[in-house]
Amino acid sequence: MQEFLYMGGYYPFVWPAYGLVLLVLIGTPVAARRRERRILRRLASQEPRGKTSA
Amino acid sequence: MWLWFHRLASPKHFYRVAERLNPWLGSATLVVLIVGLYWGLVIAPPDYEQGDSYRIIFVHVPAAWMSLFVYAVMAGAGAVTLVWRLKVAEAVMRAAAPLGAWFTFLALVTGSLWGKPMWGTYWVWDARLTSELILLFLYLGFIALQSAMEDRRTAARAGAVLALVGVVNIPIIHYSVEWWATLHQGPTVTKLDAPSISLTMLAPLLVMALGFLLHFATTGLIRARCELLEGEARSGWVRELARRRRT
Repeated sequence: MQEFLYMGGYYPFVWPAYGLVLLVLIGTPVAARRRERRILRRLASQEPRGKTSA
Repeated sequence: MWLWFHRLASPKHFYRVAERLNPWLGSATLVVLIVGLYWGLVIAPPDYEQGDSYRIIFVHVPAAWMSLFVYAVMAGAGAVTLVWRLKVAEAVMRAAAPLGAWFTFLALVTGSLWGKPMWGTYWVWDARLTSELILLFLYLGFIALQSAMEDRRTAARAGAVLALVGVVNIPIIHYSVEWWATLHQGPTVTKLDAPSISLTMLAPLLVMALGFLLHFATTGLIRARCELLEGEARSGWVRELARRRRT
């Protein structure tokens, strides 16, 4: 395990690279999902109450 | 088949298809990326010259490929926007831009993290690195343009023009390593007849590339849905969606 984390001495370069990539790969879909939910919530609050169909 | 394509041009239908695809694309992305990460970080052997530092290419190269691919998607959608004025194409274009910018950013940063131990420097102003940096500026310019203009549809058309003009940068990036003397190595994988990379390293690289591609498809479609909801906020199907959400 320790050897794995040490990355042959290149840990100061390998781990920041992978860390940053994971951060972006996880962050972008999460942000997109939140944005969609936020938009739908805003649109729902603009609809007149009590109606279920147009 | 043709009919199916035609229906995809309708925002309502596109939204529904994107929504249905989402769980499949999302889980495929997760599985492929986990396999790729394990393969690249644990199973693949260290390089005889670069040791373990080369493992950065398993994220660097897919990010760099995606930075170009996403731009091609954006410019293609831009062309459709200008010619047919399809709202779906506008949504795809705007959905792609920030993701392309992120991939470009990742390609630049991971590349420089590999460059420091291998070249002895984080950055050189050579052809490949500089043209990739210009790609980042093109993405950022497109994003800025979208938020600078009041009318969404005018902004989309202006953005489409910018995206198409910027296409000139794509072959420059690709051929930069052949046209100019540069620190960056030449193409290794796309020499299809004889890729100068061992299969034990090529396999995880391709798995990671597929994972990045799936990630873009997943996230891009969610973002395209957001764009369609915002652009079509007053249309019947969006209001129906919003109402159903409240009950």
